[in-house]
Parts: sequence; C-alpha cells; structure tokens
Amino acid sequence: MPWLRLIRPGDWLVILLSAAAVGSSIPIFWQGGLADRAIIRQEGRVFAEVDLKARKQFAVGGPLGITLIAVEPGRARVVSDPGPRQYCVKQGWLMRPGEIAICAPNRVSVQIAGRTKVYDSISY
Amino acid sequence: MTRSVIELTVSAEDHRVAWLATAAVGLSLVDAAVPSPLPGIKPGLANIVTLVVLARYGWSTAVWVSGLRVLAGSLLLGYFLAPGFFLSLTGTTLSLLTLGLARHLPARWFGPVSLSILAAFAHIGGQLLLARLWLIPHDGVFLLTPLFAGAALVFGTINGLIAAKLLAEPAPSETA
Repeated sequence: MPWLRLIRPGDWLVILLSAAAVGSSIPIFWQGGLADRAIIRQEGRVFAEVDLKARKQFAVGGPLGITLIAVEPGRARVVSDPGPRQYCVKQGWLMRPGEIAICAPNRVSVQIAGRTKVYDSISY
Repeated sequence: MTRSVIELTVSAEDHRVAWLATAAVGLSLVDAAVPSPLPGIKPGLANIVTLVVLARYGWSTAVWVSGLRVLAGSLLLGYFLAPGFFLSLTGTTLSLLTLGLARHLPARWFGPVSLSILAAFAHIGGQLLLARLWLIPHDGVFLLTPLFAGAALVFGTINGLIAAKLLAEPAPSETA
C-alpha cells in the first residue's frame, strides 16, 4: 500500500493514542451529568424521589386513575397512564438529566435529575 | 503617470507566500462548499497547504500563509469579523502554536500525519474553548466534543496523508 508507507511508526502511536482519547471522551462528555435520581410528582407535589439504582415500580393515583411508573438502573419511564393521548407513555425511557415526561390529564410527571441542575432547553 | 511615493519591494519570499496562501484560500472555498452534517465539522483541506509549507519553508512562512488564508477566506466567504472568523482565527492560532512545538519531534518517527492530527486537535480545542467562553456560555457545548474530536482524528489523518504524499514528491521548481 503506497499510502500506508507514508505513516511513520510514531504516527501510528499518535493515531492510536488519539483514538483512545476520542473513545474515552465519549463517556466523559456524554454522561457527565449522569442521571441519578427520578422525581415523581403528583399535582405538583413530590410524590417520590428515587435513586436510579434499583428496579422499582410506582403506582401514582390521579384524577383519572393510576399512572404506572417504572424505575430501572439509570432510567425511568411511564409504563401506563389513563390519559387519552398517551404522550408521556410514548416518550419511552428517560435517561438524561433534565428529561421529563408529563402526564398532564392525570397530573403526574416524572423527571430525571443529575448531580448538577440542567436546563431543559437553551436558546441563544 | 503619477509615481507612487511608497516603493514596495516584493521579494521572492513574498511571491511564494502569496501563491501558497492563494492555494490555501482555494482549498478553504472547497471546504466551505462541502456539505457538512454538523456546523463546525469540516475537512480543513487548507491545512494540507499549512503542513507542506511548514515542512518545506519553515514555521514563520506557515504562519503567514495561514494568517492570510483566514483573512482572505473570511472576506471571500463573507464572514470577516463575524463569530466564525474569530473561531477560525483561534483554531488556526492554536494549531500553529502546536505545529511550532510538534515540528521538533524526531522526524524519523513522527511525520506529517502526526503533525496534522495534533494540529487538528488543537484547532478544535481552541474553537470549543472560544465557543464556551464567548458564544455559548454553557457547558452544553462540550456535548459535541466527542464528535468534533472524532472528526479531527479522521480528517487530521487524511490531510496528513495527503500532505505526506505531496512532500514525498520532489519540490516544484519555482518559476512563477
């Protein structure tokens, strides 16, 4: 390969080290504010605040009925909700700090919180 | 004809810098025309010229060529003194400083590919820092770091290979 001959031994070292640096930058920058808590609210009041470590299910009662919330290590979601449009259920798993699923008709919400408080949107 | 009061003497070095800067500007225009998946990710083809100039004519010529390229490129593409200009300037300054240090690496082991990768990382690092300090004062900018760093590695390697290929050929005779 004529192109490969242009790479000197130290270049391979630089390429490998850089690739390793890029690889290790992914967990540093993409999970920096690791999700560590889920805050479940009902009628605006905190119903439960759970560490995202164990596998748990919560049944939260609201004006329409029961909203089921599942918590798993690192993520949480609304499993079922009596609301008509099911937006919060369709959102699926929430795993980044700041993410929130709101079941408005039943007045229940699940929010993911990390070590640092993050904004849910930024405009500039 | 009115004789100009100021006499500018143009040396062969000036001619060379002008020609090389022109080539670099041409490549930045090609760069700008290449569609990019994410603003900020560009091949940086003009860096090939910088690398070749650094190897053939030394660091100060490389600084001249890069500086002129940033200036003329921004004028041609219409972002002179806009945020993109300062991002470009910061990235270029940092990668030139890095090249200034890295060119002292033993040439037997480290070729243009190493220099290109290191310069690409310095370039993107400078841009991210400026963006964080000035344009988007929020740590959210750093979410893009892995993407930018990955692109710097890929394009740095490719540009370095092209520069190495050009440098492997004999220097063109300068008749222009």
